[in-house]
Amino acid sequence: MAAMTAALSSSVVTVRKQNPILSSYSYSQSFNPNLRISNTNFIKSPINLSLSSSSSSSRIVPVSASATDSSDTSFTAATAFHGVCYVLGENIDTDQIIPAEYLTLVPSKPEEYKKLGSFALIGLPSDQYPIKFVESGEFKSKYSIIIAGDNFGCGSSREHAPVALGAAGVTAVVAESYARIFFRNSVATGEVYPLESETRLCDECTTGDLITIELNESLLINHTTKKEYKLKPIGDAGPVIEAGGIFAYARKAGMIPTLAPSS
Amino acid sequence: MASSTIAAGSATSSFIKKNEMGLSSFTPTSFRTRSCKRAFSKKVVSVMSPPQSERRPSTTGSVKTAMTMTEKIMARASEKSQVVPGENVWVNVDVLMTHDVCGPGTIGIFKKEFGENAKVWDREKIVIIPDHYIFTSDERANRNVDILRDFCAEQDIKYFYDIKDLGNFRANPDYKGVCHVALAQEGHCRPGEVLLGTDSHTCNAGAFGQFASGIGNTDAGFVMGTGKSLLKVPPTLRFILDGEMPSYLLAKDLILQIIGEITVAGATYKSMEFVGSAVESLTMEERMTLCNMVVEAGGKNGVVPADSTTYKYLEGKTSVEFNPVYSDDNARFLQQYAINVSKLEPLVAKPHSPDNRAMARECKDVKIDRVYIGSCTGGKTEDFLSAAKVFLASGKKVKVPTFLVPATQKVWMDLYAMAVPGSGGKTCSQIFEEAGCDTPASPSCGACLGGPRDTYARMNEPKASHVCVSTTNRNFPGRMGHKEGEIYLASPYTAAASALTGYVTDPRDYLQ
Repeated sequence: MAAMTAALSSSVVTVRKQNPILSSYSYSQSFNPNLRISNTNFIKSPINLSLSSSSSSSRIVPVSASATDSSDTSFTAATAFHGVCYVLGENIDTDQIIPAEYLTLVPSKPEEYKKLGSFALIGLPSDQYPIKFVESGEFKSKYSIIIAGDNFGCGSSREHAPVALGAAGVTAVVAESYARIFFRNSVATGEVYPLESETRLCDECTTGDLITIELNESLLINHTTKKEYKLKPIGDAGPVIEAGGIFAYARKAGMIPTLAPSS
Repeated sequence: MASSTIAAGSATSSFIKKNEMGLSSFTPTSFRTRSCKRAFSKKVVSVMSPPQSERRPSTTGSVKTAMTMTEKIMARASEKSQVVPGENVWVNVDVLMTHDVCGPGTIGIFKKEFGENAKVWDREKIVIIPDHYIFTSDERANRNVDILRDFCAEQDIKYFYDIKDLGNFRANPDYKGVCHVALAQEGHCRPGEVLLGTDSHTCNAGAFGQFASGIGNTDAGFVMGTGKSLLKVPPTLRFILDGEMPSYLLAKDLILQIIGEITVAGATYKSMEFVGSAVESLTMEERMTLCNMVVEAGGKNGVVPADSTTYKYLEGKTSVEFNPVYSDDNARFLQQYAINVSKLEPLVAKPHSPDNRAMARECKDVKIDRVYIGSCTGGKTEDFLSAAKVFLASGKKVKVPTFLVPATQKVWMDLYAMAVPGSGGKTCSQIFEEAGCDTPASPSCGACLGGPRDTYARMNEPKASHVCVSTTNRNFPGRMGHKEGEIYLASPYTAAASALTGYVTDPRDYLQ
């Protein structure tokens, strides 16, 4: 699935469209018993010591296989995102991102995952947002980057929210700030890369602007307006994002087995 | 600390007796099933002593850093002597809750990551409660409940509150209804523990002095397999609510006041602790209302210190030993807010944000089309008692359609069995009928979050009936169905008073 969507992506960089953060549990890779968690792809920062907390991790599950001795190199860290942006205001809640009537769709089922994408941001009031995020009849949006104000993703804990955005082809969200559970779900799933801007970019950018985000430089470039903006560093969630989500992170730390039990 | 000596679970057997004799307001059917369950859980006690209750480094007398309640719970759950805000720790989870909307996805992640034949980490610590989309002909919604049922059978999950006969919920003795209220009523909320659930209103259980927070499917799938979660220790905002509660105010007014004060992002990543004489005077259900809407301020969790009210509520509900913790006197709070509740007035949150606070009397010219009383926030027994009190005091009929959705089967039964104080023995259901309300519906999340199109009381019309006063928790665009719907969040008093006039109405018009 990830590969299939790559063709639709406007991304010009190293990113696999559907897995911007990466992820050992992408929909295509998840059954692969040899998930590759390579340390070497991440040179920015070593795992934060407080995060790896060996005293507690040692109790969980004894692992025999090392998480890093696999040869599968499916894991590529995102370094940049490139695409057309869709601009939103403050307090975009999860009911606007994916209204509750579509929550019967189960994100872990591939066809339903795809359908969730077609409903992404369908709850936006049409008077405020006359441009449709996803055209009727489409599963994907032409906008791969979302720019928003404060408290993006507030409301429900539904993971359908980052999933719907990811399924619609969004790679990164740049908001002034996030609601906690949405941010966490974005990190845990690897569906979208949640970035914070230092300034209020939703007033500076317009839907349709061409954007590049350089992760290494924490920079957002608006090619349409020819302006550049600093982004905030990813912070505490960095090690988990870099590992590729909570499962990959725990495998890397040796907390859960790399090999899924045979089925 | 005196509190740490309270071993609330030790007198279990006498509590159980009391419960079995005392719970008389239920039908014989439910009575039987309840006593069966007690007997079962009693048996389990002997083989299931909580692993971390012996050693409580955070509450021993040794030299320690002062901590808040939330920090202490997280320290104990992560087997550390102390934690500080901002620290990321792996915590042992005491209870994981999921429901029909996020359960199937959680199960999908669990199977994908741990294998098709994987077993959950503890079949007695996972509670699965279908409640969101139950009474609907939506096939996918029905299928999702089937997925839960199959998984619970496969994994032998101990606490699964199933529903099979959608035509008559009372034919399903196991069925409860709204997960957060069911968790409390069934004894799954206990002081000092960690409860994670795939629903943002999981913070409701903070009313019991536990750490309770909402998570997504992926995190829940991880907990399902490992019993652990990586959590950041939140700093705490403390709200000191003092003064006497006026007779026309409810906890809903208090939390709307607080959210209006700190905004919908004011507690993002933070814990909210509620203390003070006004909080101490609140019942457990009212404390739940307070903690339930913590997430509407962005909060990670809310807590109310456990006290005699808590222990009384828990009597007969759980046989698991628990250990309450309390904030140290010199614990560090990010900020403290002092609120004199005696000065507050009945409030609403205007469309389209829970922090869009206004006094109910300021909105008296807002014409409304319907009233909704229900949900985890405003669909508990006491919420309906409060509404009934207003209808009783007025003796009038409602002027707009008034929808009543009890949160759980127990609440529903209470409406038909419990006498409303001062009514001469009338039940809530009789009072509602006399006032011209709709008959109380089958218990579920109902139209609080819209749901499938055929959901009872869902706001489907764009214009004709688009202004609603609701005891629920969110009023973002489209929350209860149609995007053009306008929702005024209010207390059950204010909702009932508004139903009587057809306008947003201050309940003092009827309760003076």
